[in-house]
Amino acid sequence: MSAVIEEHHDDHHDHKPTGIGRWLFSTNHKDIGTMYLWFSFTMLFVGGALALVIRAELFEPGLQFVEPEFFNQLTTLHGLIMVFGVIMPAFVGLANWMVPMMIGAPDMALPRMNNWSFWLLPGAFGLLISSLIMSLMGMGSAPNFGWTFYAPLSTTYGPDSTDFFIFSVHMMGISSIMGAINIIATIINMRAPGMTYMKMPIFVWTWFITAYLLIAVMPVLAGVVTMMLTDRNFGTSFFSAAGGGDPVLFQHVFWFFGHPEVYIMILPSFGIISQIVPTFSRKKIFGYSSMVYATSSIAFLSFIVWAHHMFTTGMPVQAELFFMYATMLIAVPTGVKVFNWVSTMWKGSLTFETPMLFAIAFIFLFTIGGFTGLMLSIVPADFQYHDTYFVVAHFHYVLVTGALYGIFAAVYFWIPKWTGNMYDEGLGKLHFWVSTISVNVLFFPMHFVGLAGMPRRIPDYNMQFAEFNAIASVGAFVFGFAQLILLYNVIKTIRGKNTVKATDQVWEGAEGLEWTLPSPAPFHSFTTPPTVK
Amino acid sequence: MSSTTNHDVYFIPEPSKWPVVGTIALTTSVIGAVTSIHAGSINLILPVGLLMIAYLFFGWFGAVIKESMADNYNAQVDKSFRIGMLWFIFSEVMFFAAFFGALFYARTIAVQWLGGSSNNAMTHELLWPAFEAVWPVMTNPDNAKFVGPTEIIPATGLPAWNTAILLASSVTVTIAHHALRANHRKPLILWLAATVLLGCIFLVLQAEEYIHAYTELGLTMGSGIYGSTFFMLTGFHGFHVTMGTTMLFIMLIRAIKGHFTAEKHFAFEAVAWYWHFVDVVWLGLFIFVYWL
Repeated sequence: MSAVIEEHHDDHHDHKPTGIGRWLFSTNHKDIGTMYLWFSFTMLFVGGALALVIRAELFEPGLQFVEPEFFNQLTTLHGLIMVFGVIMPAFVGLANWMVPMMIGAPDMALPRMNNWSFWLLPGAFGLLISSLIMSLMGMGSAPNFGWTFYAPLSTTYGPDSTDFFIFSVHMMGISSIMGAINIIATIINMRAPGMTYMKMPIFVWTWFITAYLLIAVMPVLAGVVTMMLTDRNFGTSFFSAAGGGDPVLFQHVFWFFGHPEVYIMILPSFGIISQIVPTFSRKKIFGYSSMVYATSSIAFLSFIVWAHHMFTTGMPVQAELFFMYATMLIAVPTGVKVFNWVSTMWKGSLTFETPMLFAIAFIFLFTIGGFTGLMLSIVPADFQYHDTYFVVAHFHYVLVTGALYGIFAAVYFWIPKWTGNMYDEGLGKLHFWVSTISVNVLFFPMHFVGLAGMPRRIPDYNMQFAEFNAIASVGAFVFGFAQLILLYNVIKTIRGKNTVKATDQVWEGAEGLEWTLPSPAPFHSFTTPPTVK
Repeated sequence: MSSTTNHDVYFIPEPSKWPVVGTIALTTSVIGAVTSIHAGSINLILPVGLLMIAYLFFGWFGAVIKESMADNYNAQVDKSFRIGMLWFIFSEVMFFAAFFGALFYARTIAVQWLGGSSNNAMTHELLWPAFEAVWPVMTNPDNAKFVGPTEIIPATGLPAWNTAILLASSVTVTIAHHALRANHRKPLILWLAATVLLGCIFLVLQAEEYIHAYTELGLTMGSGIYGSTFFMLTGFHGFHVTMGTTMLFIMLIRAIKGHFTAEKHFAFEAVAWYWHFVDVVWLGLFIFVYWL
C-alpha cells in the first residue's frame, strides 16, 4: 500500500490545472466536491439571512419590517434555497470527495458529467435568486407560494417569476439526476478489488440508496413543474377543476417526489453518523448489515407514504389509514439505526471531539424530530397539527439538527483529510455548544406555539404566542451568527497557519481506505487500485 | 490528445470546457424561453440558446467520439457508460410516469369526484351539478372556460399505423445491430436507414394527427383534462421520437463513415436502447391514451 501512496507525493505527473480553468473545466472529484461544498456554504448564509429576516419580523406580534406579500417570498426562497441549494449540494459535495476515496477509486466514473452537475447549480440559483433581487428593486414578485408551490397558488395566482422558478427547478433536477447517475456508476463500477457490496462503508451505502431515490423522483418533480408550466402558459387544466383536473393532483405528484426527497436529505447524514460514531467509540459499527437493510427499507417505504402530507385534503378514509400505517412503519427501520448507533457506543472507548459531539447531538435531536413525525403521522392528530408551527418545529429538527448537523459533523471529521491540517478543536467545540443550545432555543418553542394553533407562513400572530416567538427569534440570531465560527474555523484550517498537521489516519479509531491516503489527499485518489482484504 | 493518467487501469478525461458551455447554453435557453412565453412571441435569446445547445452536443459528443476512436476507453469506461445510459433511461421512464400518473388520477379519481362519487356528492352539487363523469371528458365542468373537444382521435386510425411503424422500427434497428455484430456493413447501413425513415414517417403522421385534432376535432391543449393529458403524453413522446430519430441518423452517418467495430459500438447500442424505450412508452400511450 505505501508504494501506492509514495507515488502521489510527486505533484508533477498529476498535471494539476491552475487558475480559474482548474475550477471551470474540472474533471477532478475533489475540486468538484470542494465547489459543491462552498456553493452549499454560501447558500447556507443566503438562506440563513432570509430566515433571520423572518425571525426578526416574528420577534413580536404586528407588522414590523416586511409586508405580508414579501414575507411569503421570504419563506418560499428560504425553503427552496435550504433544500435544493444547501442540503442537497453539500451531500453531493461530500459524496464527490469521499466516495472515490472510500471505495479505492481514482475519481468518479464520469468526471465531465460530474462537473456539469455542479455548474448547473449556479445557473439554476442565479435564475431563482435574481427573482428575489428584482423583487427587492420593486420589479415584480419573487415566487411567493411556499417551497411546496401548491397549485393554484403557483399556477393561477403565481407571479411572472414563477416561470423562471420552473426552469430553475428543471436545471436543479438535471443536475441531481446526473449527479446520482454518476454516484451509482462509480459505486457499481469503480470499487477496488475485494471491496464487495457488504464491505462498503455505510456512508457509501447510504449514498448508493440515495442516488436511486434521486433518479426515481427528480424526474417526477420535473414532470410536475412541466404541468405547472403548461397550466400557466399553454391552457392545460391538470390542476384546474374547471377543466376536469384537480389541484390535489398537484399535491399527489409533488409529494410523490417530496417524500422520498425527505429521505434524500437524511440518508447521507445517517451514513456520516455511521462513520463517525464507530471511529470515536473505537469499535466496529454494531449491526452493519442491519444498517444496510434498514436504509433500504426506509428508501422503499418512502415511496408509499407521500399522502401523509395531505391528510386534510379530503381523501377517502381508507387511503388515510393506509398512509398513516405505512408512515408509522418507517419508525421501525429508523429505530434500528438509532439503536445500532447507541449499541456501537455501548462499552466503547469514547472521546468527544467535535465530529462526535455533533454526531451524538444528531442522535438525540434527530430522534426528537422523528418522534414528532410519528405524532404527525396520526391522522386525527394531524388535523390539529397541520400547517402549524408544530410542523415547522418537526421538519427543522430533522433538517437542521438532522441533515445539517450530519454535514457539520462530516466537515469536522474529514477536513483534516481534505486540507492536511487539523481544525481548531476549541473553536469547533465552541461552535458545537453555541449552535446546539441556540438551535433548541430556536426550534423547541415552536412545538408549543404550534400545538396551541399558531399557523405557518403568516407574518403576524396572536398576542398569546408572543413570548415563545421572541425566545425563538433570539435563538435564531445566535444560531445564525454561530455559523460564522464554522466559517472562520474552515478558512483557518485551509490556510494552515497555527494549525497542527494531520496524520494520514487523522483519528485514532479511524478505519477505511480514505485514511490510508496521505493528508491532504493527493489530487487523484487511487491511481492504482488498492486491494481490500 | 491521450487523456489517461499515468497508469494502465483507469481513464480520467482531461479538463473540459463542455460542462460550462452546457450551463451557459441551458441558462440562455431558459431565459429565452421564459421571456418569449411572456412576450407571446419568440425573441432572439431563445434561438441563440438553442444553437448553443446544438454546439454543445456536437462539441461534447464529438470529443467523446474522438476519444473512442483513439481507443482511449477500456472495458471499465465502457461499463460506466452502460450504467449511465441505463439509469438515464430509467429517469426518463419516471418522467413519463408522472404524466401517466396524472392521466390515471384524472380519469379514475378527479373526474369521478367532480361527478359526485366517493364522498363527493356535495362537491358535485355545489360546483358543477351539470357535469357528468365520463371518460373521455367531452364536456368540461366549466365548458365556457375550457371548451371540450367535439371528437377525439380513435385508436384504430393513425395511432394503429403508428404502432405498427414503431414496432417495425424496433425490428429494423435490431436487424441492423445483428448486421453490425456480424460486421456486415451494407445491411447495417440499409436497416439503420430504414429505421430512421420509419421514425420520420411516425413523426409526419403524428404531426398530421395533431393538425387534424386542432383544426377539425377541437381537441387542443386547452380542451380540458383529456386534451391536457393527451398532448402532454403524446407531445413528450413525439419529442423523444425526434431525439431518437436524430440520434439514429447520427449513428447512420457514423456507420457510413466506417465507425464502430463488431465488438465495440456502445454508441449504437445506447441509441438502440433508447429507441426501444421510446417504443415501449408508445405502447403504454396506445393502450391508455388512445385505446382504453
